[in-house]
Amino acid sequence: MPVKSVVMDGNTAAAHIAYRVNEVCAIFPITPSSTMAELADAWAAQGVKNIWGQVPVIQQMQSEGGAAGAVHGALQSGALTTTFTASQGFLLMLPNMYKIAGELTPCVFHVAARAIATQALSIFGDHSDVMSARMVGFAMLAAASVQESHDLALVAQAATLESRVPVLFFFDGFRTSHEENKINLIPDEQIRAAIDDDLVRAHRARALTPERPVVRGTAHNPDTFFQARESANPFYARVPDIVERAMERVGALIGRQYRLFRYSGHPQAERVVIVIGSAFEVLDETAGWLNAHGEKVGVLHVTLYRPWDAERFRAALPPTVTRIAVLDRTKEVGGPGEPLYLDVLTTFAEAFGAGRITSMPGIVGGRYGLSSKDFDPAMAKAVFDELKKPQPKHGFTVGINDDVSHTSLTVDPDFDIESPEVVRALFFGLGADGTVGANKNSTKILASDPARYAQGYFVYDSKKSGSYTISHLRFGPRAIRAPYLLKSANFVGIHKFDFLYKLDTLSAAAPGATVLINSPHGADEVWNEIPREAQQQIVDKRLKVHVIDASGVASSLGLGSRVNTILQTCFFALSGVMPRDKAIEAIKQATEKTYAKKGKAIVEKNFAAIDSALSNLHEVRVPAKAAGHRFRLALVPETAPDFVRNVTAPILALRGDSLPVSALPVDGTYPTGTTRYEKRNIADEVPVWESDLCIQCGQCAIVCPHSVIRSKYYDESRLEGAPSAFKAAPINARGYPDSRFTLQIYVEDCTGCGVCVENCPAHSPEDFTVKAINMKGRLEHLDAGRESIRFFETLPWADRTRVNFSNVRGVQFLEPLFEFSGACAGCGETPYLKLLSQLFGDRLQIANATGCSSIYGANLPTTPWAANAEGRGPAWANSLFEDNAEFGLGYRLAIDSQTTLAQALVRKLAPRLGDDLVTAVLEAPQVTESDFRLQRERVAAVKARLAGANDPDAANLAALADFLVRRSVWIIGGDGWAYDIDYGGLDHVLASGKNVNILVLDTEVYSNTGGQASKATPLGASAKFAAAGKTTPRKDLALMAIAYGSVYVAQIAMGANNEQALVAMREAEAYSGPSLILAYSQCIAHGTDLRHGMKQAARAVASGYWPLLRFDPTMRRRGMNPFRLDSPRPRIPLEEYRYNEVRFKALTQTHPDAAKRMLEQSQRGLEERYQIYEDLASRDGSRFHPA
Amino acid sequence: MTLATRYLGLPLAHPIVAAASPLTATLDGMRELEDAGAAAVVMASLYEEQIRAEDTAYALYTELGSDSQAEAGSYFPELPDYDSGVSGHLETLRRASEALDVPVIASLNGTTAAGWTGHARALEQAGAAAIELNIYSVPVDPAVSGSEVERRILEIVREVAATVRVPVAVKLVPYFSSMPHMSAELVRAGAGGLVLFNRLYAPDIDLTTLQVTRSLPLSSAAELPLSLVWIALLSRRLACSLAASRGVESHVEVVKYLLAGADVVMTASALLRYGVRHLATMREGLERWLEANGYESVDAIRGLKDATHVEHVDALLRAQYVAALTEYLPGKLVQ
Repeated sequence: MPVKSVVMDGNTAAAHIAYRVNEVCAIFPITPSSTMAELADAWAAQGVKNIWGQVPVIQQMQSEGGAAGAVHGALQSGALTTTFTASQGFLLMLPNMYKIAGELTPCVFHVAARAIATQALSIFGDHSDVMSARMVGFAMLAAASVQESHDLALVAQAATLESRVPVLFFFDGFRTSHEENKINLIPDEQIRAAIDDDLVRAHRARALTPERPVVRGTAHNPDTFFQARESANPFYARVPDIVERAMERVGALIGRQYRLFRYSGHPQAERVVIVIGSAFEVLDETAGWLNAHGEKVGVLHVTLYRPWDAERFRAALPPTVTRIAVLDRTKEVGGPGEPLYLDVLTTFAEAFGAGRITSMPGIVGGRYGLSSKDFDPAMAKAVFDELKKPQPKHGFTVGINDDVSHTSLTVDPDFDIESPEVVRALFFGLGADGTVGANKNSTKILASDPARYAQGYFVYDSKKSGSYTISHLRFGPRAIRAPYLLKSANFVGIHKFDFLYKLDTLSAAAPGATVLINSPHGADEVWNEIPREAQQQIVDKRLKVHVIDASGVASSLGLGSRVNTILQTCFFALSGVMPRDKAIEAIKQATEKTYAKKGKAIVEKNFAAIDSALSNLHEVRVPAKAAGHRFRLALVPETAPDFVRNVTAPILALRGDSLPVSALPVDGTYPTGTTRYEKRNIADEVPVWESDLCIQCGQCAIVCPHSVIRSKYYDESRLEGAPSAFKAAPINARGYPDSRFTLQIYVEDCTGCGVCVENCPAHSPEDFTVKAINMKGRLEHLDAGRESIRFFETLPWADRTRVNFSNVRGVQFLEPLFEFSGACAGCGETPYLKLLSQLFGDRLQIANATGCSSIYGANLPTTPWAANAEGRGPAWANSLFEDNAEFGLGYRLAIDSQTTLAQALVRKLAPRLGDDLVTAVLEAPQVTESDFRLQRERVAAVKARLAGANDPDAANLAALADFLVRRSVWIIGGDGWAYDIDYGGLDHVLASGKNVNILVLDTEVYSNTGGQASKATPLGASAKFAAAGKTTPRKDLALMAIAYGSVYVAQIAMGANNEQALVAMREAEAYSGPSLILAYSQCIAHGTDLRHGMKQAARAVASGYWPLLRFDPTMRRRGMNPFRLDSPRPRIPLEEYRYNEVRFKALTQTHPDAAKRMLEQSQRGLEERYQIYEDLASRDGSRFHPA
Repeated sequence: MTLATRYLGLPLAHPIVAAASPLTATLDGMRELEDAGAAAVVMASLYEEQIRAEDTAYALYTELGSDSQAEAGSYFPELPDYDSGVSGHLETLRRASEALDVPVIASLNGTTAAGWTGHARALEQAGAAAIELNIYSVPVDPAVSGSEVERRILEIVREVAATVRVPVAVKLVPYFSSMPHMSAELVRAGAGGLVLFNRLYAPDIDLTTLQVTRSLPLSSAAELPLSLVWIALLSRRLACSLAASRGVESHVEVVKYLLAGADVVMTASALLRYGVRHLATMREGLERWLEANGYESVDAIRGLKDATHVEHVDALLRAQYVAALTEYLPGKLVQ
């Protein structure tokens, strides 16, 4: 049978098999496994069939716990069923996994192994998740490469059917799940041949059926549970044999043989490293190099980890071994070693004790690669070298500098075993420029030659706007077995000129390497524009430099920022990996394949880009000496705090790997407000204020997603010494003749989204295209902007007690304590968070669900939640995705308890504090800013009067006194959190009656993981997991919460009615019970121009799709109607709102009739719902649940 | 009594055709029109410009954020059925052509030479019984002469007619220096029929926002005369079908157009205004009128009042114009 070679990543390779050998997939998105679920869903939508000619049923669930439950049920009902997951989600499956295994139910769980959140969340790969499942009773089968994630998925399915023991099949998250590599695809016929239908029928025969009723899931007493638990032992005992036979059977079909334990290396090896996962290839290649240099080393991969076959394990090792290092990609705190180490040690100890071996090898364990920490040959060599020492270190770490516990091994950074026949290319791209996509195409193009192999791995920034990508590509005549980042590249592509000033892009350039720079400067001028440090590297390493103004070419062809095909063409031309003509033809074919279905216009533009690339490519004549007067930019200012200079700055400079253990906080506690030190300068255009046109309404500031627009008013006299560029205008409020107003744009922090300009209501009377703020080139306004900002920051913020909190105009004068986040340009969520921070920031405590808001809110290196000049600001924490409502409720419980305690102590210490102060502190109203200021003064007085006292009561009150200032607890997350995974928790918190505020940033999809449908996704919207349009309406969470009668509920939409949003947030905060705010949040997953996002939000409201409402139980208490409908009746057809978004519009092409039907249903539905709301709004207050 | 007629060589049960409008944009809409009694339907126009804009938007927005985050390779599902913005239109046409017994005529509004011919071919392949070219461009460049405008239009018609085998009709605007000459040239270029006339968007200025607005208000019977005159003037002089459009409110206008020489009468505004059942009302009205006036068929009245029945048409039109002016009295319009 002809072998089909393809380039794909590990997720695709595994899912390809899983999809074909299952009938039901219960799915939920979680990084890095989401791709598997998305592919299964997409294939089902395309009608791709499994090996039995059936399209598997793909069911999205509300959580991984839900997915596991559905898997369990489907298995009990006889379907071959699977799921895909990782990390936290995987942990949610554990209870069901015990059940599935306990009932001896064959199935395979496919896991892209990932770190578990501890001191911090990490989306990256290690074995912390899967190692948590050693006890559940699943067999554990591990793949070490992309090819293995394909082949062994089939082995897993074949083995589980025969053994009845379920299999946890895993491979390294990201390193394998996301690595593109050339593999041989198993044809469907061979997949079919590997699966025994008798076993499938046996599985079905065990299913529940009323035809042959049985009971499963009984409850046992002490008399029988233990014995029953032991009854399945024989099944586990058979698993190794069964897996081995499955490996042999599948191997015979596909021509690739696997073993339970795979040894590779010197047959008389003395030193052996034992490992699971992708590190095997690194160790294997390194061992090969060491053996070629006279050493005797080897490496053993544990492919079947559970059930552990001690005999086969020992038999797989060469008898000559005297030293063993066991590498675990996880950390078991406080144990004698990590799991694999303990298994190895136990195996030898047991054999030695039983007399089966006469001596014990020296065995040490170590940790590597947590959270996708790169594991390279130098680290592998360090491990082999450690075993040479008389006393090898146990409990070592490799890949980090542990200067605290001194566990780390010394690694030679110059050790390199890469073959010269491998072409290594490194590309620094901008997130939006298509570099990664083009490089994925390049690997496919190059690997299409049977004699060439290719590998691609991609590293991403943590920011969602202006982010960089780094592509690591290898091409060569042999299979690429190098699952680690490039250290030395023959080719370096710098796809944005600014990177030369921000990053050390050339440190990995090999001597004589070719460098391609996307440069606005021509070949003759560019040299003087390159920073001196880079010039020096170019000269020292004799790099060959080429430039092309790819951005200019792309822009002139209408491709926007998509420079990918242009630079891809240049790469092929310069690298010489293929003949130019052939390369161009192949790139065009790939482009056509990518874009053909998106219309001719796009294909034509890209063809034009490809054709014009080489004529715009020029070699730079490199002088003999570096003599530039420009230098790389400091990533943070010298005035930044120590932590920012010593920890944040190296991370920003891509040197985070070099930070020692001592540099990092021990408990995950980090300073806030660090984004202000990172001047990203990512926008080409920034808003520029026209002071004479401005009506000072604050509409631009309130919608700015990045807190880039700030307003202050101040006495005119303060303008003394202002730089000439500083702009001011008389304030247009009565009674302040000497006050001046300034709207300051933070040009270096702006993402250039343009939302402010679109929301500005003030035009020039002469020219309506000129507004009070207008987008203009950043570079032209950079110097003046910096100067103005410096002066602006010397001006005081408005006295909060004098600011009118009740309208947008007033709120613009409040300092934002959420600033410069890494959210997408034009993000619809962040304006709400900024407003929250302005209104309540100095007494705000936030519980933030995992998702977009936790990533742009707290992903290192820099974080946007900030403090004011007094050092007060939002205190923020993230627990999990699935528990955030409960986590936030916990805040409240603690705060209430501590406040009660503080109040009791105040009463107890009244003689010392004085009755007046005690009464004032305990009875203080805490509603207005003046109230809070006075209360803070009273608390300060309490502390002052207790100063010096050392009795327990005084000490306790001093520690608790801050609780006497009313805290504002906010529970924040997206719709995936609120509508799906933590809906139960949210509901419980709403029912608790406790004083918490819940803000749902409702993008109507799982934004962070890539736009999967949630229960907030509207009927007729296309989203991942609902590609053909969601067929059910979104959940009316507002109405459900209103049903309690005791919950403050608001539905708001910035852009439609900013005042109403403001009022709702203040009312919710003031309400002493639970509050729920649903905030319409436009998102890139909607497929619309976010520059016009606020207008789109306004259309959502105008169409009646998103009615603005408030339900305030306090109104009921006053005998009034608590329900207020704040938006007028629908005044535009729904279509007018929807068809500005690809998520709706695309369906009119793919499913025109369904699109029309769903539009009509939605229109009718919203009209009906509006009537319900109108009815509620027009009722007498007595017709609501009594308050 | 027979109401049968022919248009573009297609036999029709009667002369009332549903013109391109939002009603004919979907399969369900076209089915409803057939059920309501339309003799043929002209599907809503395929706008090349819109397709290109949609394709560009689709490509742009479905790629937003793609391959730039570790957690999400993209933010939008792959839509394997998406085959550029035109696919849905073609699919609707294909299904309508299969599902409807009456002819489904496709309408095309192109912007590029390749767009006109390429899309015309695609419409034909999707099952269009005929193609109506909706040539709608407003020449704004003073350097472009009227003859150049005409040359471009004729070129489009010639190329499309040479590309497809199904009949081609041209829907015209009434602004040609010599409508008879241009009409004859169009027929020579391959047009099998003319639709008189297309309606243009009506720009306006909003005095509150000072924004230029545009709208396309529904037509009324007041718009009848222009088309009526030209139908009357051109019928029998051209070897092609003539469809009358504009101002068809009821059977009254239908009868008038037929008397002037139209082969079919197209209506959209009346159906949007009164609902698709109005088609049956119009048809019944036509039937009643024929009966009441003693005619056995539509053919019997077609062209009874066309220009061939009037000597010195130009002089007559001029005289009517003079009469209208002299009959005008201040206040008369108010009444």
